[in-house]
Amino acid sequence: MLDDFLVRAGLAGVGLSLATGPLGAFVVWRRMAYFGDATAHAAILGVALALATDLPIVAGTLVVALAMAVTVATLAARGWAMDTTLGVLAHSALAFGLVAVSFFPGVRTDLSAYLFGDILAVSRADLMLVWGGALAVAALIAWRWQRLLTATLSEDLAHAAGIRPQRERMVLVLALAVVVAVSLKVVGALLIAALLIIPAAAARGLARNPEAMALMATLIGAAAAMAGLALSLWQDTPAGPSIIVAAAVLFAASASLGRMRG
Amino acid sequence: MSLIAADHICVRYGETEVLHDVTLSIAPGEIVTILGPNGSGKSTLLRALLGIVPVAEGRVTRADGLRLGYVPQRLHIDRSMPLTVRRFLSLPVRVADAAAETALDRVGMTGFGARQMTDLSGGQMQRALLARALLANPQLLVLDEPTQGLDQPGEAGFYRLIEAVRQDTGAAVLMVSHDLHVVMAASDRVICLNGHICCEGTPRVVSSAPEYRALFGLGTQGALALYQHDHDHDHDHARDHHARDHHAHDRHDHDRHEHDHA
Repeated sequence: MLDDFLVRAGLAGVGLSLATGPLGAFVVWRRMAYFGDATAHAAILGVALALATDLPIVAGTLVVALAMAVTVATLAARGWAMDTTLGVLAHSALAFGLVAVSFFPGVRTDLSAYLFGDILAVSRADLMLVWGGALAVAALIAWRWQRLLTATLSEDLAHAAGIRPQRERMVLVLALAVVVAVSLKVVGALLIAALLIIPAAAARGLARNPEAMALMATLIGAAAAMAGLALSLWQDTPAGPSIIVAAAVLFAASASLGRMRG
Repeated sequence: MSLIAADHICVRYGETEVLHDVTLSIAPGEIVTILGPNGSGKSTLLRALLGIVPVAEGRVTRADGLRLGYVPQRLHIDRSMPLTVRRFLSLPVRVADAAAETALDRVGMTGFGARQMTDLSGGQMQRALLARALLANPQLLVLDEPTQGLDQPGEAGFYRLIEAVRQDTGAAVLMVSHDLHVVMAASDRVICLNGHICCEGTPRVVSSAPEYRALFGLGTQGALALYQHDHDHDHDHARDHHARDHHAHDRHDHDRHEHDHA
Protein backbone atom coordinates (compact mmCIF):
# COMPACT_ATOMS: atom_id res chain seq x y z
CA MET A 1 0.00 0.00 0.00
CA LEU A 2 2.87 2.34 0.83
CA ASP A 3 4.04 1.90 -2.72
CA ASP A 4 1.40 4.31 -3.89
CA PHE A 5 2.79 7.84 -3.95
CA LEU A 6 -0.61 9.29 -3.10
CA VAL A 7 -0.93 7.19 0.02
CA ARG A 8 2.53 8.23 1.12
CA ALA A 9 1.70 11.87 0.48
CA GLY A 10 -1.52 11.60 2.48
CA LEU A 11 0.22 9.87 5.36
CA ALA A 12 2.95 12.52 5.36
CA GLY A 13 0.37 15.30 5.59
CA VAL A 14 -1.58 13.61 8.37
CA GLY A 15 1.57 12.71 10.30
CA LEU A 16 2.85 16.24 10.12
CA SER A 17 -0.39 17.65 11.50
CA LEU A 18 0.15 15.64 14.71
CA ALA A 19 2.98 18.07 15.43
CA THR A 20 1.74 21.22 13.73
CA GLY A 21 -1.61 21.14 15.55
CA PRO A 22 -0.39 21.45 19.15
CA LEU A 23 2.73 23.43 18.22
CA GLY A 24 0.67 25.76 16.04
CA ALA A 25 -1.61 26.44 18.99
CA PHE A 26 1.37 27.62 21.02
CA VAL A 27 2.63 29.69 18.08
CA VAL A 28 -0.75 31.46 18.03
CA TRP A 29 -1.08 31.86 21.82
CA ARG A 30 2.44 33.22 22.16
CA ARG A 31 2.22 35.37 19.03
CA MET A 32 5.18 33.64 17.47
CA ALA A 33 3.94 33.78 13.87
CA TYR A 34 6.88 35.79 12.59
CA PHE A 35 9.15 33.65 14.66
CA GLY A 36 7.90 30.59 12.79
CA ASP A 37 8.48 32.39 9.51
CA ALA A 38 12.07 33.27 10.34
CA THR A 39 12.84 29.72 11.41
CA ALA A 40 11.19 28.21 8.35
CA HIS A 41 12.92 30.58 5.94
CA ALA A 42 16.24 29.66 7.48
CA ALA A 43 15.60 26.13 6.23
CA ILE A 44 16.69 27.17 2.72
CA LEU A 45 20.02 28.18 4.17
CA GLY A 46 20.07 24.73 5.77
CA VAL A 47 19.60 23.14 2.37
CA ALA A 48 22.67 25.01 1.10
CA LEU A 49 24.63 23.93 4.15
CA ALA A 50 23.65 20.32 3.62
CA LEU A 51 24.65 20.42 -0.04
CA ALA A 52 27.99 22.01 0.78
CA THR A 53 28.86 19.46 3.45
CA ASP A 54 27.22 16.34 2.01
CA LEU A 55 24.98 16.11 5.07
CA PRO A 56 21.45 14.84 4.62
CA ILE A 57 19.11 17.74 3.80
CA VAL A 58 17.11 17.19 6.98
CA ALA A 59 20.23 17.46 9.16
CA GLY A 60 21.29 20.71 7.48
CA THR A 61 17.85 22.26 7.89
CA LEU A 62 17.57 21.08 11.48
CA VAL A 63 20.90 22.66 12.42
CA VAL A 64 20.22 25.99 10.73
CA ALA A 65 16.59 26.19 11.86
CA LEU A 66 17.67 25.48 15.41
CA ALA A 67 20.40 28.12 15.23
CA MET A 68 17.92 30.66 13.88
CA ALA A 69 15.26 29.79 16.46
CA VAL A 70 17.71 30.01 19.36
CA THR A 71 19.05 33.33 18.05
CA VAL A 72 15.58 34.81 17.77
CA ALA A 73 14.50 33.49 21.17
CA THR A 74 17.63 34.92 22.78
CA LEU A 75 17.17 38.33 21.16
CA ALA A 76 13.51 38.34 22.23
CA ALA A 77 14.48 37.55 25.81
CA ARG A 78 16.88 40.51 25.74
CA GLY A 79 14.05 42.79 24.75
CA TRP A 80 14.92 43.52 21.14
CA ALA A 81 12.17 45.02 19.00
CA MET A 82 10.98 41.78 17.52
CA ASP A 83 8.96 43.14 14.64
CA THR A 84 12.01 44.64 12.97
CA THR A 85 14.47 42.00 14.13
CA LEU A 86 12.37 39.18 12.76
CA GLY A 87 11.72 41.08 9.55
CA VAL A 88 15.46 41.39 9.05
CA LEU A 89 16.30 37.83 10.05
CA ALA A 90 13.47 36.07 8.23
CA HIS A 91 14.06 37.67 4.88
CA SER A 92 17.83 37.69 5.16
CA ALA A 93 17.84 33.97 5.91
CA LEU A 94 15.69 33.32 2.88
CA ALA A 95 17.77 35.54 0.61
CA PHE A 96 21.09 34.16 1.81
CA GLY A 97 19.73 30.67 1.42
CA LEU A 98 18.59 31.28 -2.14
CA VAL A 99 21.91 32.86 -3.09
CA ALA A 100 23.89 30.06 -1.42
CA VAL A 101 21.82 27.33 -3.05
CA SER A 102 22.38 28.88 -6.49
CA PHE A 103 26.06 27.89 -6.23
CA PHE A 104 25.03 24.27 -6.59
CA PRO A 105 24.14 23.87 -10.28
CA GLY A 106 21.96 20.78 -9.89
CA VAL A 107 19.70 22.40 -7.34
CA ARG A 108 18.52 25.37 -9.33
CA THR A 109 16.09 23.26 -11.21
CA ASP A 110 14.36 21.78 -8.17
CA LEU A 111 14.62 24.84 -5.96
CA SER A 112 10.87 25.14 -6.03
CA ALA A 113 10.67 21.78 -4.26
CA TYR A 114 12.38 23.37 -1.27
CA LEU A 115 10.36 26.53 -1.44
CA PHE A 116 6.94 24.97 -1.99
CA GLY A 117 7.45 21.35 -1.01
CA ASP A 118 7.17 18.23 -3.06
CA ILE A 119 4.79 16.10 -1.08
CA LEU A 120 3.95 13.87 -4.03
CA ALA A 121 7.59 12.78 -4.17
CA VAL A 122 7.73 11.72 -0.51
CA SER A 123 9.65 8.45 -0.24
CA ARG A 124 9.26 5.77 2.38
CA ALA A 125 12.33 7.12 4.13
CA ASP A 126 10.86 10.63 4.05
CA LEU A 127 7.66 9.28 5.50
CA MET A 128 9.50 7.64 8.39
CA LEU A 129 11.27 10.93 9.01
CA VAL A 130 8.06 12.96 9.01
CA TRP A 131 6.27 10.57 11.36
CA GLY A 132 9.31 10.15 13.59
CA GLY A 133 9.81 13.90 13.92
CA ALA A 134 6.11 14.67 14.32
CA LEU A 135 5.58 12.01 16.96
CA ALA A 136 8.66 13.18 18.85
CA VAL A 137 7.39 16.76 18.85
CA ALA A 138 3.87 15.70 19.86
CA ALA A 139 5.28 13.59 22.69
CA LEU A 140 7.53 16.43 23.87
CA ILE A 141 4.63 18.86 23.96
CA ALA A 142 2.32 16.34 25.66
CA TRP A 143 4.95 15.61 28.29
CA ARG A 144 5.42 19.28 29.19
CA TRP A 145 1.84 20.36 28.46
CA GLN A 146 0.93 21.74 31.89
CA ARG A 147 4.21 23.59 32.25
CA LEU A 148 4.06 24.96 28.71
CA LEU A 149 0.51 26.19 29.23
CA THR A 150 1.32 27.85 32.55
CA ALA A 151 4.42 29.55 31.16
CA THR A 152 2.43 30.72 28.14
CA LEU A 153 -0.36 32.10 30.30
CA SER A 154 1.95 34.04 32.60
CA GLU A 155 5.67 33.80 33.18
CA ASP A 156 5.16 35.18 36.68
CA LEU A 157 2.66 32.48 37.63
CA ALA A 158 5.05 29.91 36.20
CA HIS A 159 7.98 31.26 38.22
CA ALA A 160 5.94 31.28 41.40
CA ALA A 161 5.06 27.62 40.80
CA GLY A 162 8.71 26.70 40.34
CA ILE A 163 8.49 26.43 36.54
CA ARG A 164 11.26 28.03 34.51
CA PRO A 165 9.68 29.87 31.56
CA GLN A 166 13.01 30.12 29.72
CA ARG A 167 13.26 26.35 29.63
CA GLU A 168 9.70 25.98 28.33
CA ARG A 169 10.43 28.56 25.65
CA MET A 170 13.42 26.50 24.56
CA VAL A 171 11.23 23.39 24.40
CA LEU A 172 9.01 25.17 21.88
CA VAL A 173 12.03 26.47 19.98
CA LEU A 174 13.39 22.95 19.66
CA ALA A 175 10.00 21.61 18.60
CA LEU A 176 9.73 24.33 15.97
CA ALA A 177 13.14 23.52 14.51
CA VAL A 178 12.27 19.82 14.26
CA VAL A 179 8.94 20.59 12.59
CA VAL A 180 10.64 22.87 10.08
CA ALA A 181 13.24 20.22 9.26
CA VAL A 182 10.75 17.42 8.67
CA SER A 183 8.09 19.47 6.90
CA LEU A 184 10.37 21.11 4.33
CA LYS A 185 9.65 18.29 1.90
CA VAL A 186 5.90 18.43 2.54
CA VAL A 187 4.96 22.10 2.24
CA GLY A 188 8.26 23.89 1.62
CA ALA A 189 10.07 26.66 3.47
CA LEU A 190 7.70 29.45 2.44
CA LEU A 191 4.55 27.85 3.78
CA ILE A 192 5.59 25.93 6.90
CA ALA A 193 4.55 28.79 9.15
CA ALA A 194 1.16 28.86 7.44
CA LEU A 195 0.68 25.19 8.28
CA LEU A 196 1.31 26.07 11.92
CA ILE A 197 -0.83 29.17 12.16
CA ILE A 198 -3.86 28.69 9.91
CA PRO A 199 -5.23 25.42 11.37
CA ALA A 200 -4.70 26.72 14.92
CA ALA A 201 -6.42 29.99 14.08
CA ALA A 202 -9.29 28.06 12.50
CA ALA A 203 -9.58 25.93 15.65
CA ARG A 204 -9.77 28.93 17.98
CA GLY A 205 -13.43 29.69 17.45
CA LEU A 206 -14.41 26.05 17.84
CA ALA A 207 -12.71 25.41 21.17
CA ARG A 208 -13.37 26.32 24.80
CA ASN A 209 -10.15 24.92 26.22
CA PRO A 210 -6.51 24.71 25.15
CA GLU A 211 -6.64 20.93 24.70
CA ALA A 212 -9.66 21.17 22.44
CA MET A 213 -7.97 23.85 20.36
CA ALA A 214 -4.81 21.78 19.88
CA LEU A 215 -6.90 18.74 18.92
CA MET A 216 -9.07 20.71 16.50
CA ALA A 217 -5.96 22.27 14.95
CA THR A 218 -4.59 18.77 14.37
CA LEU A 219 -7.80 17.59 12.74
CA ILE A 220 -8.09 20.70 10.59
CA GLY A 221 -4.44 20.36 9.56
CA ALA A 222 -4.98 16.73 8.55
CA ALA A 223 -8.17 17.59 6.66
CA ALA A 224 -6.37 20.42 4.86
CA ALA A 225 -3.58 18.04 3.85
CA MET A 226 -6.05 15.57 2.35
CA ALA A 227 -8.13 18.23 0.63
CA GLY A 228 -5.02 19.95 -0.68
CA LEU A 229 -3.73 16.71 -2.12
CA ALA A 230 -7.04 16.07 -3.82
CA LEU A 231 -6.98 19.54 -5.34
CA SER A 232 -3.41 19.05 -6.46
CA LEU A 233 -4.26 15.74 -8.09
CA TRP A 234 -7.34 16.91 -9.96
CA GLN A 235 -6.21 20.33 -11.02
CA ASP A 236 -2.48 19.63 -11.27
CA THR A 237 -1.70 22.45 -8.84
CA PRO A 238 1.44 22.53 -6.67
CA ALA A 239 0.75 20.35 -3.62
CA GLY A 240 2.18 22.53 -0.83
CA PRO A 241 0.27 25.70 -1.74
CA SER A 242 -2.85 23.60 -2.38
CA ILE A 243 -2.72 22.32 1.20
CA ILE A 244 -2.47 25.86 2.53
CA VAL A 245 -5.34 26.95 0.26
CA ALA A 246 -7.46 24.17 1.76
CA ALA A 247 -6.44 25.26 5.27
CA ALA A 248 -7.39 28.86 4.45
CA VAL A 249 -10.81 27.75 3.20
CA LEU A 250 -11.34 25.79 6.43
CA PHE A 251 -10.30 28.88 8.38
CA ALA A 252 -12.84 31.01 6.53
CA ALA A 253 -15.54 28.40 7.18
CA SER A 254 -14.68 28.26 10.87
CA ALA A 255 -14.61 32.04 11.16
CA SER A 256 -18.03 32.46 9.57
CA LEU A 257 -19.39 29.62 11.72
CA GLY A 258 -18.09 31.44 14.78
CA ARG A 259 -19.69 34.68 13.63
CA MET A 260 -23.07 33.02 13.10
CA ARG A 261 -22.87 31.58 16.61
CA GLY A 262 -21.48 34.58 18.34
CA MET B 1 10.96 29.41 61.80
CA SER B 2 10.12 31.82 59.02
CA LEU B 3 8.33 30.77 55.84
CA ILE B 4 10.34 32.99 53.58
CA ALA B 5 13.15 35.42 54.29
CA ALA B 6 15.26 37.94 52.45
CA ASP B 7 18.74 38.53 53.80
CA HIS B 8 20.28 41.86 52.81
CA ILE B 9 19.09 41.63 49.21
CA CYS B 10 19.83 44.17 46.49
CA VAL B 11 18.08 44.11 43.13
CA ARG B 12 19.35 46.00 40.10
CA TYR B 13 17.84 46.65 36.72
CA GLY B 14 20.85 47.46 34.62
CA GLU B 15 22.65 50.30 36.35
CA THR B 16 19.87 51.36 38.66
CA GLU B 17 19.50 49.80 42.05
CA VAL B 18 15.82 49.24 42.72
CA LEU B 19 16.14 47.56 46.08
CA HIS B 20 18.95 48.24 48.51
CA ASP B 21 19.85 46.06 51.47
CA VAL B 22 16.39 44.71 52.24
CA THR B 23 16.02 42.21 55.06
CA LEU B 24 12.69 40.75 56.09
CA SER B 25 11.08 37.51 57.07
CA ILE B 26 7.52 36.25 57.19
CA ALA B 27 6.34 34.10 60.09
CA PRO B 28 3.54 31.53 59.78
CA GLY B 29 0.05 33.00 59.96
CA GLU B 30 0.87 36.71 59.96
CA ILE B 31 -0.42 39.32 57.54
CA VAL B 32 2.36 41.56 56.36
CA THR B 33 1.82 44.49 54.04
CA ILE B 34 4.50 46.22 52.06
CA LEU B 35 3.61 49.83 51.66
CA GLY B 36 5.27 52.42 49.50
CA PRO B 37 4.77 54.97 46.74
CA ASN B 38 4.85 54.11 43.07
CA GLY B 39 8.30 53.05 41.99
CA SER B 40 9.44 52.26 45.53
CA GLY B 41 10.25 48.67 44.58
CA LYS B 42 7.24 46.97 46.20
CA SER B 43 6.46 44.71 43.30
CA THR B 44 10.15 44.11 42.72
CA LEU B 45 10.54 42.96 46.29
CA LEU B 46 7.73 40.43 45.87
CA ARG B 47 9.15 39.30 42.56
CA ALA B 48 12.59 38.85 44.11
CA LEU B 49 11.08 36.79 46.93
CA LEU B 50 9.29 34.62 44.38
CA GLY B 51 12.42 34.18 42.29
CA ILE B 52 11.01 36.03 39.28
CA VAL B 53 13.78 38.62 39.30
CA PRO B 54 17.30 37.67 40.36
CA VAL B 55 18.90 39.31 43.38
CA ALA B 56 22.24 40.99 42.77
CA GLU B 57 23.35 40.63 46.36
CA GLY B 58 22.12 38.85 49.46
CA ARG B 59 19.90 35.81 49.42
CA VAL B 60 16.30 34.66 49.63
CA THR B 61 15.54 31.55 51.65
CA ARG B 62 12.32 29.56 51.69
CA ALA B 63 11.21 27.02 54.26
CA ASP B 64 11.64 23.50 52.92
CA GLY B 65 8.69 22.48 50.77
CA LEU B 66 6.97 25.83 51.21
CA ARG B 67 3.53 25.82 49.62
CA LEU B 68 3.03 29.20 48.07
CA GLY B 69 0.03 30.81 46.43
CA TYR B 70 0.63 33.84 44.23
CA VAL B 71 -1.92 36.38 43.05
CA PRO B 72 -0.31 38.76 40.56
CA GLN B 73 -1.28 42.39 40.12
CA ARG B 74 -3.36 41.34 37.18
CA LEU B 75 -3.40 38.68 34.54
CA HIS B 76 -3.82 39.48 30.90
CA ILE B 77 -5.03 36.48 28.94
CA ASP B 78 -4.66 36.69 25.20
CA ARG B 79 -7.97 36.14 23.46
CA SER B 80 -6.30 33.64 21.19
CA MET B 81 -6.25 31.16 24.06
CA PRO B 82 -9.57 29.57 24.96
CA LEU B 83 -9.57 28.87 28.69
CA THR B 84 -12.43 28.22 31.07
CA VAL B 85 -12.20 29.16 34.72
CA ARG B 86 -12.30 25.47 35.63
CA ARG B 87 -9.36 24.68 33.34
CA PHE B 88 -7.44 27.66 34.68
CA LEU B 89 -7.73 26.30 38.21
CA SER B 90 -5.90 23.17 37.04
CA LEU B 91 -2.74 25.09 36.11
CA PRO B 92 -0.05 24.11 36.71
CA VAL B 93 -1.32 21.29 38.95
CA ARG B 94 -4.45 19.41 37.95
CA VAL B 95 -7.08 19.48 40.68
CA ALA B 96 -10.21 17.40 41.22
CA ASP B 97 -13.60 18.86 40.31
CA ALA B 98 -14.70 18.85 43.95
CA ALA B 99 -11.64 20.85 45.03
CA ALA B 100 -12.15 23.32 42.20
CA GLU B 101 -15.78 23.83 43.18
CA THR B 102 -14.86 24.35 46.81
CA ALA B 103 -12.27 26.95 45.83
CA LEU B 104 -14.78 28.79 43.63
CA ASP B 105 -17.35 28.72 46.45
CA ARG B 106 -14.73 30.10 48.81
CA VAL B 107 -14.13 33.18 46.68
CA GLY B 108 -17.80 33.71 45.90
CA MET B 109 -17.69 32.46 42.32
CA THR B 110 -19.94 29.45 42.58
CA GLY B 111 -20.98 28.24 39.15
CA PHE B 112 -18.36 30.22 37.21
CA GLY B 113 -16.36 27.14 36.20
CA ALA B 114 -17.60 27.05 32.62
CA ARG B 115 -17.00 30.75 31.93
CA GLN B 116 -14.17 31.85 29.69
CA MET B 117 -11.40 33.64 31.59
CA THR B 118 -11.39 36.43 29.02
CA ASP B 119 -15.06 37.15 29.81
CA LEU B 120 -14.48 37.83 33.51
CA SER B 121 -14.63 41.32 34.99
CA GLY B 122 -11.61 42.68 36.83
CA GLY B 123 -12.95 41.67 40.23
CA GLN B 124 -13.95 38.21 39.05
CA MET B 125 -10.52 37.72 37.54
CA GLN B 126 -8.85 38.58 40.85
CA ARG B 127 -11.16 36.13 42.63
CA ALA B 128 -10.37 33.42 40.11
CA LEU B 129 -6.67 34.07 40.67
CA LEU B 130 -7.20 33.82 44.41
CA ALA B 131 -9.16 30.57 44.03
CA ARG B 132 -6.30 29.13 42.01
CA ALA B 133 -3.77 30.24 44.60
CA LEU B 134 -5.86 28.64 47.38
CA LEU B 135 -5.89 25.29 45.58
CA ALA B 136 -2.18 24.97 46.32
CA ASN B 137 -3.26 24.83 49.98
CA PRO B 138 -0.70 27.55 50.61
CA GLN B 139 1.20 28.27 53.81
CA LEU B 140 1.96 31.66 52.33
CA LEU B 141 -0.25 33.76 50.08
CA VAL B 142 1.54 36.45 48.12
CA LEU B 143 -0.62 39.20 46.66
CA ASP B 144 0.65 42.05 44.50
CA GLU B 145 -1.79 44.95 44.74
CA PRO B 146 -4.61 42.48 44.27
CA THR B 147 -7.36 45.08 44.22
CA GLN B 148 -6.02 47.30 41.49
CA GLY B 149 -8.83 48.17 39.17
CA LEU B 150 -11.56 47.23 41.63
CA ASP B 151 -14.07 49.75 42.90
CA GLN B 152 -14.19 50.47 46.62
CA PRO B 153 -16.86 47.95 47.64
CA GLY B 154 -15.05 45.36 45.53
CA GLU B 155 -11.80 46.22 47.22
CA ALA B 156 -13.23 46.03 50.73
CA GLY B 157 -14.87 42.73 49.88
CA PHE B 158 -11.63 41.33 48.55
CA TYR B 159 -9.71 42.20 51.72
CA ARG B 160 -12.46 40.71 53.90
CA LEU B 161 -12.04 37.58 51.85
CA ILE B 162 -8.29 37.53 52.46
CA GLU B 163 -8.83 37.94 56.17
CA ALA B 164 -11.38 35.10 56.17
CA VAL B 165 -8.99 32.88 54.26
CA ARG B 166 -6.30 33.55 56.82
CA GLN B 167 -8.68 32.60 59.60
CA ASP B 168 -9.80 29.42 57.85
CA THR B 169 -6.48 28.16 56.62
CA GLY B 170 -3.92 29.81 58.89
CA ALA B 171 -1.96 30.89 55.81
CA ALA B 172 0.42 33.79 56.18
CA VAL B 173 -0.29 36.67 53.82
CA LEU B 174 2.30 38.93 52.23
CA MET B 175 0.82 41.69 50.15
CA VAL B 176 1.71 44.90 48.48
CA SER B 177 -0.48 47.92 48.63
CA HIS B 178 -0.45 51.63 48.31
CA ASP B 179 -3.80 51.97 49.97
CA LEU B 180 -3.24 53.34 53.46
CA HIS B 181 -6.74 52.77 54.84
CA VAL B 182 -6.82 49.10 54.04
CA VAL B 183 -3.31 48.46 55.23
CA MET B 184 -3.82 50.10 58.56
CA ALA B 185 -6.93 48.08 59.25
CA ALA B 186 -5.94 44.68 58.02
CA SER B 187 -2.27 44.03 58.74
CA ASP B 188 -0.33 42.57 61.64
CA ARG B 189 2.81 44.21 60.40
CA VAL B 190 3.57 46.93 57.89
CA ILE B 191 6.82 47.38 56.03
CA CYS B 192 7.32 50.81 54.63
CA LEU B 193 9.46 50.63 51.52
CA ASN B 194 11.17 53.19 49.39
CA GLY B 195 14.06 51.43 47.69
CA HIS B 196 15.05 50.27 51.14
CA ILE B 197 13.01 49.55 54.25
CA CYS B 198 12.24 52.92 55.79
CA CYS B 199 10.48 51.56 58.82
CA GLU B 200 8.44 48.60 59.91
CA GLY B 201 6.25 47.45 62.74
CA THR B 202 2.61 47.26 63.71
CA PRO B 203 0.36 49.62 61.78
CA ARG B 204 0.15 51.87 64.84
CA VAL B 205 3.91 52.09 65.29
CA VAL B 206 4.54 52.68 61.60
CA SER B 207 1.90 55.36 61.22
CA SER B 208 3.61 57.45 63.87
CA ALA B 209 7.14 56.87 62.61
CA PRO B 210 8.81 59.97 61.18
CA GLU B 211 10.01 58.03 58.11
CA TYR B 212 6.50 57.02 57.34
CA ARG B 213 5.20 60.52 57.82
CA ALA B 214 7.89 61.87 55.57
CA LEU B 215 7.00 59.37 52.89
CA PHE B 216 3.27 59.80 52.96
CA GLY B 217 2.73 63.31 54.24
CA LEU B 218 1.49 64.28 57.66
CA GLY B 219 -2.11 64.47 58.70
CA THR B 220 -3.59 63.92 55.29
CA GLN B 221 -4.54 60.49 54.10
CA GLY B 222 -5.45 58.94 50.81
CA ALA B 223 -4.45 59.56 47.29
CA LEU B 224 -3.29 63.16 47.53
CA ALA B 225 -0.85 62.42 50.31
CA LEU B 226 0.49 59.50 48.34
CA TYR B 227 1.13 61.52 45.29
CA GLN B 228 2.74 64.45 46.99
CA HIS B 229 5.58 62.76 48.75
CA ASP B 230 8.08 62.93 45.92
CA HIS B 231 7.75 66.64 45.54
CA ASP B 232 7.92 67.94 49.05
CA HIS B 233 10.77 65.91 50.35
CA ASP B 234 14.02 64.51 49.18
CA HIS B 235 14.09 61.12 50.67
CA ASP B 236 17.28 59.25 49.88
CA HIS B 237 16.52 57.46 46.61
CA ALA B 238 13.30 59.17 45.84
CA ARG B 239 14.67 61.17 42.91
CA ASP B 240 15.76 58.16 40.94
CA HIS B 241 12.54 56.32 41.29
CA HIS B 242 10.93 57.79 38.26
CA ALA B 243 13.68 56.39 36.11
CA ARG B 244 13.70 52.97 37.68
CA ASP B 245 9.97 52.55 37.67
CA HIS B 246 9.45 49.41 35.66
CA HIS B 247 5.68 49.20 35.49
CA ALA B 248 4.32 51.02 32.51
CA HIS B 249 1.07 51.91 34.19
CA ASP B 250 2.87 53.13 37.31
CA ARG B 251 4.99 55.35 35.18
CA HIS B 252 1.91 56.59 33.47
CA ASP B 253 0.35 57.47 36.81
CA HIS B 254 3.45 59.30 37.82
CA ASP B 255 3.67 61.23 34.62
CA ARG B 256 0.11 62.32 34.86
CA HIS B 257 0.54 63.37 38.39
CA GLU B 258 3.64 65.36 37.63
CA HIS B 259 1.73 67.26 35.02
CA ASP B 260 -0.95 67.99 37.56
CA HIS B 261 1.59 69.58 39.80
CA ALA B 262 3.51 71.37 37.09
